[in-house]
Parts: sequence; C-alpha cells; structure tokens
Amino acid sequence: MAILIDEKTRIIVQGFTGRIGTFHAQEMIDYGSNVVGGVTPGKGGQTHLGLPVFNTVKEAVDQVGAEASIVFVPPAFAADSIMEAADAGIKYCVSITDGIPTQDMMTVKNFLRRFPQMERMLLTGPNCAGTISPGRAMLGIMPGHIYMRGNIGVVGRSGTLGYEAADQMRSLGIGISTSVGIGGDPIPGSSHRDILERLEEDPETKVALMIGEIGGPQEVEAGRFAKEHMSKPLVAYIAGLTAPEGRRMGHAGAIISSAGESAAEKVAMLKDLGVTICPTPSLMGQTVAEVLAKL
Amino acid sequence: MNIHEYQAKEILAGYGVKIAEGGLAYTVDEAVQRAREIEGDVWVVKAQIHSGARGKAGGIKVCRTHTEVEQAAEALIGKKLVTHQTGPAGKICTRLYIEAGTNIAKEMYLSFMIDRSSERVIMIGSAEGGMEIEKLAVTRPEAIIKIYIEPAVGLQDFQARKMAFGLGIDPAQLNHAVKTIKGCYRALRDLDANILEINPLVITANHELMALDAKMVFDENALFRRQKIAELRDNTQVDNREVAAAEAGLSYVGLDGDIGCMINGAGLAMATMDMIKLAGGEPANFLDVGGGASAERTEKAFRLVLADSNVKAMLVNIFAGINRCDWIAEGVVQAVRNIDMKVPLVVRLSGTNVEEGRRIIADSGLPIITADTLAEAAEKVVRARNEVVAQNA
Repeated sequence: MAILIDEKTRIIVQGFTGRIGTFHAQEMIDYGSNVVGGVTPGKGGQTHLGLPVFNTVKEAVDQVGAEASIVFVPPAFAADSIMEAADAGIKYCVSITDGIPTQDMMTVKNFLRRFPQMERMLLTGPNCAGTISPGRAMLGIMPGHIYMRGNIGVVGRSGTLGYEAADQMRSLGIGISTSVGIGGDPIPGSSHRDILERLEEDPETKVALMIGEIGGPQEVEAGRFAKEHMSKPLVAYIAGLTAPEGRRMGHAGAIISSAGESAAEKVAMLKDLGVTICPTPSLMGQTVAEVLAKL
Repeated sequence: MNIHEYQAKEILAGYGVKIAEGGLAYTVDEAVQRAREIEGDVWVVKAQIHSGARGKAGGIKVCRTHTEVEQAAEALIGKKLVTHQTGPAGKICTRLYIEAGTNIAKEMYLSFMIDRSSERVIMIGSAEGGMEIEKLAVTRPEAIIKIYIEPAVGLQDFQARKMAFGLGIDPAQLNHAVKTIKGCYRALRDLDANILEINPLVITANHELMALDAKMVFDENALFRRQKIAELRDNTQVDNREVAAAEAGLSYVGLDGDIGCMINGAGLAMATMDMIKLAGGEPANFLDVGGGASAERTEKAFRLVLADSNVKAMLVNIFAGINRCDWIAEGVVQAVRNIDMKVPLVVRLSGTNVEEGRRIIADSGLPIITADTLAEAAEKVVRARNEVVAQNA
C-alpha cells in the first residue's frame, strides 16, 4: 500500500453533516475513497449521503471499523474532535480546520504523546489540504484529478502550492506515491520530518519533495533527518523569499521571528545538508525530473 | 494581535506583577494632569505604539517638571515614530502613558513564548536586561536561562525559583519573584498569548521587583474566546489596507514593490511573489484571497490591491481546488469592468474548470494578458510593469 491511506482504508468524516463536511465527503467518495460514515454529535442514527451518522467516534470505530478520520469541525471545537478520534482508536487523522488556537494544538500534541508510540494516532494538519494517494484514496480537499500516480512522495505546508507541484510533475509525466499536507500552523500534528520517515520506508517512493516555507525550525530539522537517515534523495523548495521579518504571511506559521527562519537562510542550511533545492517555484517539477533521471 | 504597553501592564498587575504608578493620556492637557496625579518629582512620558525600541526613536522621555511633561507630550502626541521594528512608514502615537520615574538598581530580562520546536511554553530570562535579547543570545548565550514548561502540569515553583536565582534576585525578594514569574505564566496561558516579554524587569532602589516595560502578543485564532482582549485592538497601529482586508476576510500584507498580487493560498502567494522577484520585479503586496472566492470577494480583493498607488501592474494567480476557475474568471471580469483599471492585468488560471475560466477571460474582450504557467505569468507581469514605467518616463 501507499503510506497512510489506500483504497481499503475505512474513513469517517467528523463534522459530517455540515455544509463543508458534506461537500468534501461526497468529493472523496467520488474519488474512490472508502468513506464508511461520519460523526455529528446529536445526529447519531441518521443517514447522510447514504452512510451512517454516529454520535461519537468510538461508535464509528466499533460499528463500521473506522481507521482514519478527517476533521471539518469549526476551530473552537476542532481540538476536542481530534482528541476524541485519538481516544477512540483512530489510526490516522487529517484536520482540515483552519484557525485552531495555538494553545489548543499544544494540548492536542501533549494528549497524543500520552499514548504508547505503537497506539498513537498520527495527525496531519490542521490547516491543510489533506493527504492523497493518487488513484487509490483521497483524505482531503484537493482537486484529485491533477494528481497522477507514481513514485514521488510529497510533503508540504501549503495546499495550493502542493497543487502547483503536482501539476508541474504531471505535465512532465511524473506521478506521486502519496502527497501529504502538514498545514501552515505553528504547531502542526506532524512535521516534514515525521512524513519523510514514512516516505523513506515506503517501497513505492523513490524521491521525496518537501515544499516548505519561511518560519519555524522544521524544514531544517527535516533536512538533518534526510542527511542522517534517508537513502532516498530529498528535493526542497522554500517559499517566502520576499517576506519581511516579523510579518505573518497568511499562514499563522509563516512568520520570520528568529535567525535561520528566512527562506534564504533555510535554503543555505538545506544545501549544506545535501538537499537538492528547486531554484524557483516554477521548477519544482523540473528539479524532481533531474533528480529522478540520475537514479 | 499586539497590544500597548499600558494595556499589558494593566493585565499583568491583575496577575500580581508590580508596576509603577501611571496613567493614560490622549492629549497634552491630560498628560500634565496625569503627572500632577502621580506623586514624586520624576515622570516618564512613554509613546504608546505597537513597537519595541521606542527609546532609541525618542518615544520615551524622562521629565523633571510638569512643563517638561507638557513639552514631551507635545513632541509625541499625533506624531509618527520610526523604530527599526516599524519600518520606514513608522507608527502614529495617539496615546501616551505617564509613569512615575523609577530608581533602578538592577535590570533583568524575562519572557515567555510558545516554542515551536518543543511545542511547549518556554521561559527565557537573563540577569542582563535592558538590551536586545537576540544580540545577547549571539554574543553571550551562557547568560541566557531557558526553562521549558510541561503544559499538563504548568509552571512549578522550583522552576520559578531556578529562574529567580538565575536572574540574580536577592533571597529577600524570592517570594515576590516567584509570584511575579508564575503570574506571568498564568497570564500567557489564561489569555491565549503567544508572547509575553518584560524587558526590563527591574529591582528598584527600594528593593522592589517591578515590570518597567511589558509586551504581550495574542493568538488571533483564540480571540473568539477572549472578548476582553479582542477589545484592546488598536487599528491606528495597523496598516489601513490590512484593516480593510481583515474586514473583507482577506489576508493582506502591504509591501514596498509595485506589482500588485491576488493569489489563492498563502504558500502559492509567497511562491508567486518569489517568482516575481526572480523575474526582476518587486511585489506590492501579499494577498491570499482564500478558498471559495466569490465574484464579490474577488472585486474586493482587486479594490484593495489597486488602492495602493504604487501598483503599476497586477497579477492574478489562481490554482483552483475548492475554487473553480470559471467563478474566478467571472469575478475578475466583473471587477475589471466595475473598477476603472488603469494598470495592465495578467491572469493565470489553473486547476478545476480551467478551460471554462480561460474562455470567459478570452470572450470578455477586456485587455487581460493571460498566462498558462507560473513562470510565464511572472515574466509577463514584470514586462508589463516595465512598459508602464518606460511610458511614464
């Protein structure tokens, strides 16, 4: 299988009956994802999009064998929904919700750490476009049709910039094994590094592409991991060359607040770590193609 | 969200942090009145702007008579102050904080912030206060104390003591120091602040521990549950365009270049701005129009970008996922028709319903330059900008 999800993964939607949850649940079903139901507290027992609605995630796990969930719950309640999924035994959770308070994410991460490693739910997002294993399953809100199946593993903070990369690769005949959006928040469920660990172990992935941004330490941490532990080549692009210090560029995480967080500094450090850098965002596909050709 | 020094001090006082006696003034008369109300013979007139380094910019004046207070207030109120944090545009000073002068025996540094690496609150302190901690971190890292706080149990007394001793606080003031340090942590956690900084924290000649300055930055995403904090917002300290953008639900940051941008998604927006720079241009702004961009929203975004008189050309770059290119195209056509656009416009559409979107642009008969790829879009908008500059020269 691909990493994280495939066509068999039993998916539930948290915030299923809301407008956004409904729309994207249908899109995922149309793509071929194995959506088995959803959760909306108080609406348990109803049927929505021809699928069962549950009051709690635990019921969904017990009754339809839910393994993965996608969270569309509004920001004030999203952290609670994520922790409910972890408690119920969900293995993989994507939080699409944008605008979760940072301290709530601190609580979520602390809650997740209490589970033994083997039982700990993997969380990606919040504030992301989700995960797709092209041709198999989509657990997200991306336009599925622009993704071609192949052997490049992608991890990125930005949704639309990830689409741009997928589109550039497709136009060169290069496909994707799994693309994971980790989101633009200061405290993400998973880091670039966490996803690179999985891509390194994935037999279908030959090259990893990391799409990073200004702000925070995680791109460089991922670069260190790649240097020390990865056999597969890592290609990276870091957005935000023109971003001024101290200004938040849309994503809550995209703010240069200390040394080493600007695009130029990150690029220099990644180069030192042996990462292949895409010189411009329009050359993400081309750079991956060149690295692939050398294998 | 930033707040003013006097607001942060008021909050911290409620958490047991000692501050000097002070009062707020909006006018010169009020400033003098505040000074009369405060006992003593030294007053400090402090410009309330959302920036550090106010002292170097002349925003903090020590006065020994009421006349000096009057002169200081006159020199500051309604004026723009430029610090290295405000950028060349500066920030307008509409409020003054008049404070009793403090006799300082020792200056220290204390701050709390959410650390992204450890995903915890980190408490940072130094016995060497008053200077920029970033510089100290480089020149003398051993002079900085860092203590990580476990979120589930919170800041413990032993950690507060460790910090207090590290700051070189006299055992006689230990209890008050622990109370102050724990109060700061509580304020950060209770009120969803991302940063709390006291620089300097001082020991006075009377052996009192006191916050001489205070800075707090709050999590915008948590303001829905911090109504009282949200009310402290001061839009005079924010770029007008950013205020207008926030009201329209758009994310906008004004920059110094002359190529206006409208893009969906923060990452793609930053990447597009990078492309513009690499093509030899300079972006005038960051603008993320977001998902589900309606025609109305698109027009608002256009008006916002074009309100910047520096803009000599504009680029729209949309990679539609949740958005649809045909909706965006209709919005663009409507915006161009409704706004008397005087600068060239380059549009690049990609993703969902792209063919339909491109057809709408082509059929509109409007002088819109189209591009298929990111690189082409950046090159075309820089060329268009250069032509405008050449014509005006």
